[in-house]
Amino acid sequence: MKGDAGFPVRIRFNKRGPVRFIGHRDVARNFERAFRIEQLPLAFTLGFAPRPKVGFGLALSVGHESDAEYLDVELTHDPGPDGPDGLDRFPEALSIALPEGIDVTGVAPIADRAPSLQEAVTAVEYRLEVAHETPGGSSTPDAVATMVASVLDASSLEISRTRKGREVAEDVRPAIRAMELLEVDASIASLHLELATQPRNARPGDVVAALNAVAPSGPVFTEGRVLRTHQWIERVGARLEPLEADPRAPVLEARAS
Amino acid sequence: MSSLWPRIEPLLARVEKPARYIGMERGSVRPDHLPGQVAWLLLYPDTYEIGLPNQGLQILYEILNERDDAVAERSYAPWTDLEAELRASGVPLFSVDTHRAAGDFDVLAFNLSAELVATNLLNCIDLAGVPVRAEHRSPDQPLVLAGGHCTFNPEPYADFVDAFVIGDGEEPVGEITEVIGAWKRGGRASREAVLHDLATIPGVYVPSMYEVSYDGPRIAAVEPRYPDIPERVEKRTVADLADWPYPKRQLVPLIEVVHDRLNVEIFRGCTRGCRFCQAGMITRPVRERPVEQVRTMVEDGLRRTGYDEVALTSLSSADFSGIDGLVADLVNEQSGCGNVGLSLPSLRVDAFTVGIASEIQKVKRTGLTFAPEAGTWRLRQVINKMITEEDLYAAVDGAYSQGWRRVKLYFLTGLPTEMDEDTMGIAELAKNVVAVGKKYTKQASCTASVGGFVPKAHTPFQWFGQNGVDEMRRKVSMLRDATKRTGVQLRWHDPEASFAEGIVSRGDRRVGAAIEHVWRNGGTFQEWSERFELSRWLEGMAAAGLDPDWYVTRHRDEHEILPWDHVAAGLHRDFLWQDWKQALAEHGLPDCRWTPCYDCGVCTQYAIEHVVASATAPAGGSQGTGQDLTTGGAVPVTLLPTKVASVATTTVAP
Repeated sequence: MKGDAGFPVRIRFNKRGPVRFIGHRDVARNFERAFRIEQLPLAFTLGFAPRPKVGFGLALSVGHESDAEYLDVELTHDPGPDGPDGLDRFPEALSIALPEGIDVTGVAPIADRAPSLQEAVTAVEYRLEVAHETPGGSSTPDAVATMVASVLDASSLEISRTRKGREVAEDVRPAIRAMELLEVDASIASLHLELATQPRNARPGDVVAALNAVAPSGPVFTEGRVLRTHQWIERVGARLEPLEADPRAPVLEARAS
Repeated sequence: MSSLWPRIEPLLARVEKPARYIGMERGSVRPDHLPGQVAWLLLYPDTYEIGLPNQGLQILYEILNERDDAVAERSYAPWTDLEAELRASGVPLFSVDTHRAAGDFDVLAFNLSAELVATNLLNCIDLAGVPVRAEHRSPDQPLVLAGGHCTFNPEPYADFVDAFVIGDGEEPVGEITEVIGAWKRGGRASREAVLHDLATIPGVYVPSMYEVSYDGPRIAAVEPRYPDIPERVEKRTVADLADWPYPKRQLVPLIEVVHDRLNVEIFRGCTRGCRFCQAGMITRPVRERPVEQVRTMVEDGLRRTGYDEVALTSLSSADFSGIDGLVADLVNEQSGCGNVGLSLPSLRVDAFTVGIASEIQKVKRTGLTFAPEAGTWRLRQVINKMITEEDLYAAVDGAYSQGWRRVKLYFLTGLPTEMDEDTMGIAELAKNVVAVGKKYTKQASCTASVGGFVPKAHTPFQWFGQNGVDEMRRKVSMLRDATKRTGVQLRWHDPEASFAEGIVSRGDRRVGAAIEHVWRNGGTFQEWSERFELSRWLEGMAAAGLDPDWYVTRHRDEHEILPWDHVAAGLHRDFLWQDWKQALAEHGLPDCRWTPCYDCGVCTQYAIEHVVASATAPAGGSQGTGQDLTTGGAVPVTLLPTKVASVATTTVAP
């Protein structure tokens, strides 16, 4: 095996409960320690300060939960699918070593030089809870439904967001691919969202800002719980789950050397 | 009912770094609280990132949770944003383990390791819904305990803390649990009764059991109120670290904290005798952990935590018997599993140390830190930090020649007898270090970090009048001028913060009122430069009718009753006074690990001994290694004119 390139794998995991309050980089560090605890063969860069070979997916805001987080790592070698050190054991082993609330739900080998998650992922789905109220009175489910429809009907919706430390006005409408009212009562509404990540991304908070911007006289919305449910890689008409997007070719018996 | 989490969770969405408050670290526990158990909340009164790594707190957390009659959880000072949210929504301070209200615990036990956290102590007690003053608490409210180095002068905190544990906490926490358990079973009748019982436990100091009387500004007497209360509270000392292989399950935080690595304590105590160093004086004698146990703790710890770095901690890690063999073994073993770093904090200044460091940092040689502490040999004799310039330059030459590019030097300014040539010696040394480095690399740099000296209780310098703010500022500005365009980066501690530290460091009970004033006026997180304001402290002192200079800049004389004299670290007062006079005479004192006992008092009084695997001093320079330390010089500053004449003729006790 010596001299062979590493063996890249893609990992899918949840982030649920209080652990949602840790940041993106913290998640990476916890994964790194989990690999050590379980003595799984994580590859490191060479040089003065060896770094684990870890490629992160789209950032998830601190405080948001997810059933669809991804992480690419390089292993030193192909551990094979089964056996005591096989890939099939990774989800359980890592989940035990990771903090409570981070559970690995899938691991798949990916092609060498597969596009990074950050380049490849084009759409993200969320379940978003928002609190709604009308100043001076309670708002109604109908009013909420009207607001949702107005956002979808709008051709453009300027909101202000912070990009690179500066407040900028930005049209968020093109990034809202879909929005659907799932449930609504007198104070809380649940929405399903599909948001684009490219060329401009939008986050659930931007959608809340859009709901507030579309009709200033309407109900006021505040972001509640947010759950990321899916990430998608779309290529030439196909919509792929990231674990399946760049499968590793089967190993050839004889290899040119 | 027991968990406040549903009320805390929505607040966390609105604060910075919410993960400070979620707990869930690897190694943490979520104990059930059974009726017969004594529930301890261990608090570190600073942010989570500073407090979580504290080894003392983690050790007690494990020891208590191993007991059938106790449970322990943890809490840290909430940052100002969460504090505002908690107060606005009426949510009390909570544990991070089960998010139980602090007021539901039997004991709030604080670790006090820096003077300026005093106001956070009050804030945490208040956020727990407990009266900040001990005298206002009722029997159904928690007992407030404190331990840690600052409690060797417990008096400034005496109004707020029911009982202090002086010294190593491993053993007393069990004894305290038993006393409180019995009190609970007896129906928690009176607070006075349980405090009285606690005060009979060796090492436990209950300030309300003592009457302090004054003669003008001075203390006239400190007297126990009952015959069975000891006149003097002697510190507790764990005789053999081998019996206490803790923490066994070091906590692994989910977010980044300071000292974010596996920490294995290789010995406790230090007898180098640096006269400014409180830690070295109050933790005597030296107790080394058996090398086999260190190895096991490192191996198990790395495997369990997943950390990629381990620090072998102590007050002077290169002094551990057989440190070179241990380091070589660890480095070689780890090369198998790959990429584990080893660090030794608190290194001596000599070539031997650089040898060890090069063994450890085989690849990544960026920075190396030494602490000569003073700028001239004369002043280093005064403080008994016996590093010659040859030691320093040899170490620095070794470092740069072996690939290090940055050297960091730690100094103190405002030391006893310090004159401007000593202060300027800091700049000279640092400049020479840069020059040594330039021989090897153009990138050579040197950072000189200068702290203002704050005299501490139970040290030979406890009688010394600290430099005032203006004097320290003058010295810092002199150093700034002297290091401009020299390749030396100068960093300094705020002289105003040093002054406030001085108020608390040697304060008496009356200073408590000033601390309360600072706290009531919003002065929390005073360790944080962006939150510190000296004016609040000066107002606090004025409001309490106290003269800050009397506490901070005044020299004390031999016979003055010091506020901490009824608390003992085992050091004879005579020894400390003698050592103070030796300091003024510029006499060094050898390290008693490797030279005959000079009877500081600790081993003889407590019938304990150094636990060292080797009676031979490690290779390298400084104390105890054969250097002639007996030659003194003239006293340049007549600090205590009446005493000095007799001092010059005194020689070091054999």
